Parts: sequence; structure tokens; C-alpha cells
Amino acid sequence: MVAIVSKAAQKHIETLEAGDELRLRLAGDWTTFSVGQINRELDRISGTRKRIVIDMTSISALDTAGAWLVHRTRREWAKAGAEVAVDGASPAFQGLLETVASHDSVCPPAPKGHDPLSDMVVRVGAATTSAGAAARDLIAFLGLTVVATFRSLLNPRRIRFHALVTQMEQTGLNALPIVGLISFLVGVVLAYQGADQLARFGAQIFTVNLVAIGVLREMGILLTAIIVAGRSGSAFTAQIGTMKVNEEIDALRTIGLDPIDVLVMPRVLGLVLVLPLLTFYADLMGLLGGAVMASVTLDISLVQFARQLQDAVQVKDFWVGMIKAPLFAFIIALVGCYEGLQVARSAESVGRQTTRAVVESIFLVIVLDAMLSILFSVIGI
Amino acid sequence: MDDHRSGANTGSTPGDIIQVNGLKTQFGSQVIHDGLDFAVQPGEVMGVVGGSGTGKSVLMRTIVGLNRARAGQICVFGEDTASLSPKAARAMQARWGVLFQDGALFSSLTVVQNIEVPLKEHRKLDKALRRELAELKVSLVGLPPDAAHKYPSELSGGMRKRAGLARALALDAEILFLDEPTAGLDPIGAANFDNLIRELQSALGLTVVMVTHDLDSLFAICDRVSVLIDKRVKVGTIEQLMKEPDPWIQEYFLGPRGRAATEAVIKAQ
Repeated sequence: MVAIVSKAAQKHIETLEAGDELRLRLAGDWTTFSVGQINRELDRISGTRKRIVIDMTSISALDTAGAWLVHRTRREWAKAGAEVAVDGASPAFQGLLETVASHDSVCPPAPKGHDPLSDMVVRVGAATTSAGAAARDLIAFLGLTVVATFRSLLNPRRIRFHALVTQMEQTGLNALPIVGLISFLVGVVLAYQGADQLARFGAQIFTVNLVAIGVLREMGILLTAIIVAGRSGSAFTAQIGTMKVNEEIDALRTIGLDPIDVLVMPRVLGLVLVLPLLTFYADLMGLLGGAVMASVTLDISLVQFARQLQDAVQVKDFWVGMIKAPLFAFIIALVGCYEGLQVARSAESVGRQTTRAVVESIFLVIVLDAMLSILFSVIGI
Repeated sequence: MDDHRSGANTGSTPGDIIQVNGLKTQFGSQVIHDGLDFAVQPGEVMGVVGGSGTGKSVLMRTIVGLNRARAGQICVFGEDTASLSPKAARAMQARWGVLFQDGALFSSLTVVQNIEVPLKEHRKLDKALRRELAELKVSLVGLPPDAAHKYPSELSGGMRKRAGLARALALDAEILFLDEPTAGLDPIGAANFDNLIRELQSALGLTVVMVTHDLDSLFAICDRVSVLIDKRVKVGTIEQLMKEPDPWIQEYFLGPRGRAATEAVIKAQ
């Protein structure tokens, strides 16, 4: 028979047919660089043969990937019933080939996903039960925190004042610039948009009412709560979560310290004390923003603004906003600490729980705000 | 094999696969290495030891390019790593594998997917072949077949290290850097891991640079040992180093733990 040299095989495999025998002359580098191409070359060699000789004499470099292909070729032909011989392998190549052959084990296939529809049903179910479980755990944690709070209030020596003050500084004092800026800008926006609409009725002066009621009752507290949830709620989760990863929480327990007392209480108390102050500050900055905008675009001087403000708002409007602050603070701190304690022992989990903490606390704050709005309107405040 | 080298000679010869000359590294005002020379010959297992904070890991990280050297030259495969083009640097990265302390597996990927990452990044292979090679590596490092589709969080510490080793070997690296490969393993697991490294080293002809605290693995698998002292290294076989007058080296090799490890080796022989 004529020796057939296929075109693509020139580089790594030369096939020589002689009767029933097929001789594969391997050449060049058989390494991870070339195995992709060699694999395609191997696929082109087909048919059944009685005897196969794999000639490795001209291989210049071999690594496990190349050895794997040699071994696999040998195995497949043998499985097809051919008699396979390996020829001309140097001791080093022979050793590598044996190493690979002795590690030829079949891994079970990757677990297959189910069909998308039933998968979705399963996911919805799992999400529902896990949301239920999370709600239950959060309520349990709420109970734990409330008990700890009362314990602390009854016995103030349990309160860690140093930690408390540090938390108040981090969550309150350090938040002043961002809370102030955003409140000021929202005051500006409210005044500007309000003036635009009210000017059609010639009632620009009521812009002051709009800004005052809007900022004092809703915007001041809501924006502050959302900023604090993003800023401090996430920080609580990340701090406590990292401590959890580091086994610091377990260390606290073994020393006989209650993590609720040491970590949760200062954060909850600190935020409950500080958020009303931040809200007050946000209210002032919001009004200031409105006043500045009013004096610039509406020619309402600051004095006029102050007089109109006195007519527009009652003290209760201020208190309606203010009363929400400790409630929101409690929710944000609670969710932040709870999610921190839910962190499993991996870095990935810290990130996941932090995201959850922010989303959950903002969601709960807005839901509670809506419920309070309805309550206030029903009781006529 | 290096009888021509006397005592704790640190000079490099042209055949060295890694050559570090006059290395200086510094964090802030803290100088870690100063005028450090370090050389590794192809096919040897080089242990790197030293007290805590002497910069063992830093040396390894500097060689693989994770830290910048303040001064000095690092040549790997005869090429200066500082003067490589980005493309050449990538090609060089494919020629070495690094095993970090806890495996540093990507936690969102399964074991085989982890091993496939370098294959995907550096080589053009079709999916089936890539999977076959990854599964070969799983078996090569002694992981059970059903570990292939597990996530790192489902593995024990020893298995994570093996999986990390499989990923480091994915591209059939020529140099293997190991950062405390046996730390955190039980003695039996550590001995198995030592054997595995030795087996792979001889089967695949690897050069291994191993940072370790484990005296047993030093005695078991290292051809030569580098001791980091006074911001430099002293290199030699363990017998050569035992003759060093330096008090730290004396304490290290001839202290109670060092003696126990020596006796274990003598008994085994």
C-alpha cells in the first residue's frame, strides 16, 4: 500500500499505512500549546485497524497534556479492538506516559440542572421559605436586642460607653457632610420644582410651605435614614461579618462576653441616639437650601421666608418627622447587625450579607414610613 | 549534586532557572531584603525558611511579580522579569504555577472550573479536551473523582491545597512556587502532601520553590534550603547549613524539633 500523508497531519502526526498496520509517527512539541491542534489532527484519523504502532521517536517535547493525548489514543484504539504498541519513547517520556495512564480516572459528570420551568418553581419556593425563615430569625433577633436593651438600661454599667461614643462618632459626626449636602440639595430641588408649578397660580410664596412640610415631615428623615442605611448599616454588617469570618465572635463567647452586649448594643444605641440629631441637622439644611433657592429665584428674602415658615408649619410637623428617627435607626442598626451575624465563614458571604443588609434596611424603612404616613393621616396629625 | 558549591554559597551559575541578584524590597520604611542573592537550579526542590517576618513569602511574591522590588534584578528562565513586554510577561506567567497558603481557589467555581481557568486564559483548547485535562490534573494530585464538581467551601483544607496544586499545574508549569504547602495539615496529611510534591516533581521534572515552616517536609523533600537571615539568604544542603555558626540556624536545625526531624530521617533510612 501507498503511504498516505494527510495534509494537516504534517506537523505532529504522520500516518503510515502498511497492510493491517497503521503507524502513527508523532513529531514536534506535544505540550499544552499544541494539544488543541493535535487533538483535531487525531480526530481525522479514523477507521478500524488490526495493529497500531505509536512511534514517539521524533517527539521533541512532551508534557502531561501531550502524554494524555498519546495515552488516550492508545486507550481508544485498544478499546476498538486493535493491538496497540508504543515505540521509541525515551525513559522520561515513558515515565510521563505511565504517570498519566495511572491517573486515568473518570470523574462523574457535572450535576445537571433541571429544566428551567421546574427550576423556577423550586427557586420561588426556596426563596419564599428562606424569606420566611429570615423574617422569623430577624424577629427573634429583635427580641434578643430588646431584652439586651432593657438589661442595659436597667443596669447602665453594662453599656460600653467607649464603644458607644466611637459608634456615635462614626455614624453621626462623620456623616454630617454628606447628610448636610444632600439635604441642602433636596431643599433646593423642592423649592425650584415647587416654584415652577405654584407660579402658574401666582402662589410662589407657598413654595415655602411646600419646602417646609416636605422637608420636615418626610424628606429630612427619609433621606437621612437612607444615607445612614447605606453608610452605617452596611458598615455594621461588614465589620461584624469580618469578625465572624475571623472567628472573633467565637473568641468573644469563649471569653464570656456576649456579642450582643459588646457589638450589637453600642451600634443600636448609638444609632438610635444619633439619627434624631442627624435628622434635625438635615431638616435645618433642607430648609436652608429651600431658603437660598427662594431668595435667588423667587425674590423671597430670608426674613420673608422665616415669617412664612412660621405660618406654614406647626410644631407637630417637626415632631412627625422627628418621631420616626429613633424607629428607623433601630431598624437600620438591627438589620445591619443581624446580617453581620449571619455571615458564613467566607469572604464572599460578607459581601452578600452586606448587600442584603442595605436592601433590607432601606426596604423596611420605606415600608414603615408609608405605614406611619397612613397612621398619621388616620389619626389626623 | 552541587558538591562544587562550598558551604553557604549564594552565587549564581549560568544554568540557574531563577536568579535573583542584589534584591531590595521595602514596605514603607521597613526594609525586608537588602542585597539578597538567590538562585535555583532546574529540577531541584528549594526550601525557603526563616523566622516570622523575615520575608519568605515576600521573596516568593517578588519573584512572581506580586511585589515590586526596590532594587536588584530577578531573572527567571534567563530573562529579566522587569524588562519583559506585557505579552512576554504573560507567557512567562504560564510557565510557573503558584500555590497560595490556603489554595486561593476561586470560591464561585468548582474544582475543575478552577483548574480550567488558566487553560482557558492561556491556551486555545476545545471544551471537551480542556475538561479531560482538568480531570487528569484532579486525579494527578490525588483528589477523588467526585471532588471534581465540588466547590472549595465543600472541601477540607488538605483537599483545597491539592486542588490549588492542580490549578498551579494546569499548564504544566516548569516552576512551582509553594507557600507553606503543609501548614494547617495534620502530620499524616502533611506527609502525604510532601510525597505528592516529590512524586510530581520527579514525574514532571518540575523545579520547586517551597516556603515552609515544616522541618519534616524540609528534610523529606528539599534538595537545598535557603535560610533568610539579616535580609539575605544562606543557601546549602541541610548538612551544610548545620555547620553554619549562625545562632538562628543552629537553633533551627539543632534545636529539639530539628533534632527530632533529623532522627526521623535517619530512622527512615
